[in-house]
Amino acid sequence: MRTSAADRRTPLKVVIAKPGLDGHDRGAKVVARALRDSGMEVVYTGIYQTPESILRAVVQEDADVLGLSSLSGAHLEYAEELCELLRENDRDDVLFVVGGTVPPEDAETLKGFGVHEVFGPGTPTAQLVEYISRHARRVRMT
Amino acid sequence: MDPMTGEDKRWDERVEAWQRERVAADYERIPPRRPEYTTMSGAPVKDIYTSADIRHLSPSEDIGLPGEYPYTRGVHATMYRGRPWTIRQVAGFGQAEDTNNRYKYLLKTGQTGLSTDFDLPTLLGYDSDHEVYRREVGRIGVAIDTVADMHVLFDGIPLDQISTSMTINPPAAVLLAMYRVVADERGIPGHVLTGTTQNDILKEYIAQNEFIFPPLPSVQLVVDTMEYGADVMPRFNPLNVCGYHIRDAGATAVEEVGLTLSNALCYLEHAIERGIDVDRLAPRVSFFWDVHNNFFEEAAKLRAARRLWARLTRERLGAKDPRSWLMRAHCQTAGVSLTAQQPYNNVARTAIQAMAAVLGGTQSLHTNSLDEALSIPSESAIKIAVRTQAIILHETGVADVVDPLGGSYYVESLTSQIEQDALALIERIDAMGGMVAAVESGYAVQLISDSAWEQQVKVESDETIVVGVNDYVDENETRDIEIDRPVPGVMERQLERLAEVKRSREDRQVTAALRAIEKAAPDLRHNLMPLIEDAVRARASVGEICDVLRGVWGHHQPSTVF
Repeated sequence: MRTSAADRRTPLKVVIAKPGLDGHDRGAKVVARALRDSGMEVVYTGIYQTPESILRAVVQEDADVLGLSSLSGAHLEYAEELCELLRENDRDDVLFVVGGTVPPEDAETLKGFGVHEVFGPGTPTAQLVEYISRHARRVRMT
Repeated sequence: MDPMTGEDKRWDERVEAWQRERVAADYERIPPRRPEYTTMSGAPVKDIYTSADIRHLSPSEDIGLPGEYPYTRGVHATMYRGRPWTIRQVAGFGQAEDTNNRYKYLLKTGQTGLSTDFDLPTLLGYDSDHEVYRREVGRIGVAIDTVADMHVLFDGIPLDQISTSMTINPPAAVLLAMYRVVADERGIPGHVLTGTTQNDILKEYIAQNEFIFPPLPSVQLVVDTMEYGADVMPRFNPLNVCGYHIRDAGATAVEEVGLTLSNALCYLEHAIERGIDVDRLAPRVSFFWDVHNNFFEEAAKLRAARRLWARLTRERLGAKDPRSWLMRAHCQTAGVSLTAQQPYNNVARTAIQAMAAVLGGTQSLHTNSLDEALSIPSESAIKIAVRTQAIILHETGVADVVDPLGGSYYVESLTSQIEQDALALIERIDAMGGMVAAVESGYAVQLISDSAWEQQVKVESDETIVVGVNDYVDENETRDIEIDRPVPGVMERQLERLAEVKRSREDRQVTAALRAIEKAAPDLRHNLMPLIEDAVRARASVGEICDVLRGVWGHHQPSTVF
């Protein structure tokens, strides 16, 4: 575990990522801005990322949180692959949240892969900030 | 403009006195519901509008008559009293045969034109067998690799009678050539083909985010398609300039008009710079607007955009053919206004937005389905959306008179305000060096992101009420709508078809066609369309043709700014 009393005082580091070819990033950017305004350090990968490039961003940025945004319907495939990659690379301590047009019944499937929480359309950003502040640096994938 | 008469002055004094005494007294008793009233673009909305608010407008030169310059009241004299707008729902998923079946269903349901959504690999110029992106094959649109797929997509559809709109951008040149080749191989001549390729690459860099190449070669490729269209399929619109995505990405109505018309000017000015007569291309430029919730602002927006475009093409571009001045438009209700919560409320939202599009004078309309905040629409949801348009057309009477909002003090005042503010934005972009420069500097992306953020802040502070989301919330809402699920096995079947096409084609011919494109591409003034058509005929794929151009022109890097 990387968690120590010292790094609980430093700001949380968040990577917001857009997997695949989906270009709809209004939500991703609004979330990135809200998290930054709440005092977190946020990196936005930009669109067209692969699971490998997202993993790379998590490792390089030493991220505490990974937010994956998908509006293309391919959330199950990308999230499953990312969970595997995070485990293989010993980064399954990252808090992994997914947002976008995710049908509610897919949320359970995503959690089965190891995703910690799923936020659907219309979620207030304050709720994200609260969830992330409460859970980051305290998790490990199941 | 006539000088103020004595009667005007007396009227203004009376309005002022009414505001000071009657309005103030009423607010004393019942304060305003909101601290301030504004349009979605942030313009203040007054208590009331009177003749004083439109005194600066000339009834003949600013408002005019439908079918006459500057077309504020509509592009046709008789509008829907003659021909109703085209009911055009976009559809696309799975393989070509899946979408072909849906087209036949839609035509049976009462739709009068076709519109294609492609899957992400096709939209971004990759073949279905791409190692990483193959998982997105057929997911949010139909998978098209070669002209063989296009033949299946339009099987049994009379291309000489039905117009087809294709939502395709960076590889639009390839899909346009494919459409022409399908018709040609079926014996249908180019001059009867009608429809549209979206092909508006500039809004991709600033809003929708489907781009491949850098802005300059991309804009020149758009000019190529416009010139090719004028030559071989003169009734087809190769370019459909879009406000829709700009708006859905967060822009206000004014920004939507300003940025969209700036984009349209950019294409035509590059064509003029290449020595092409503007009147050869401008008549086939069409537009696509997003119709959002603020009812009067949206109807006024369409009226303002028509007037501003007529003035810009005539006065700035020097177009002489009246057809060049016409802003013919498709509208879609605002996808971004749909809520995942209480999804049946979306039927009401969509109906009201559709009404604004009709009152604004649209030529064709897509009404969103109630389930689209969660997935691509199911057939039952689409049926309600299509029927919404039929109800507006046949039951409400709004289509029985031309421009019923014309002359409304409020709507004319809003129309004039939107025209002025959008023109100011266009001039700001001109001062930066035009739209290519505003893309490269990141200005336009930032403008839209900032507006999106402001709207989010308003929702979270409850300044903007979204029914079912931050008010009228059902605590224990359970969802009872059917969700469309991907067709299983699409990717595997599409890979087989692509492999089969590649096995049966003449490889030497493909290679020669691709080489010819590669050789010609560095000269941005060279029209690539005839060469792209050759490659399509030889069964070269979308991915192969785009790969050649990637090799020559490189990639545009996505923005990481937020």
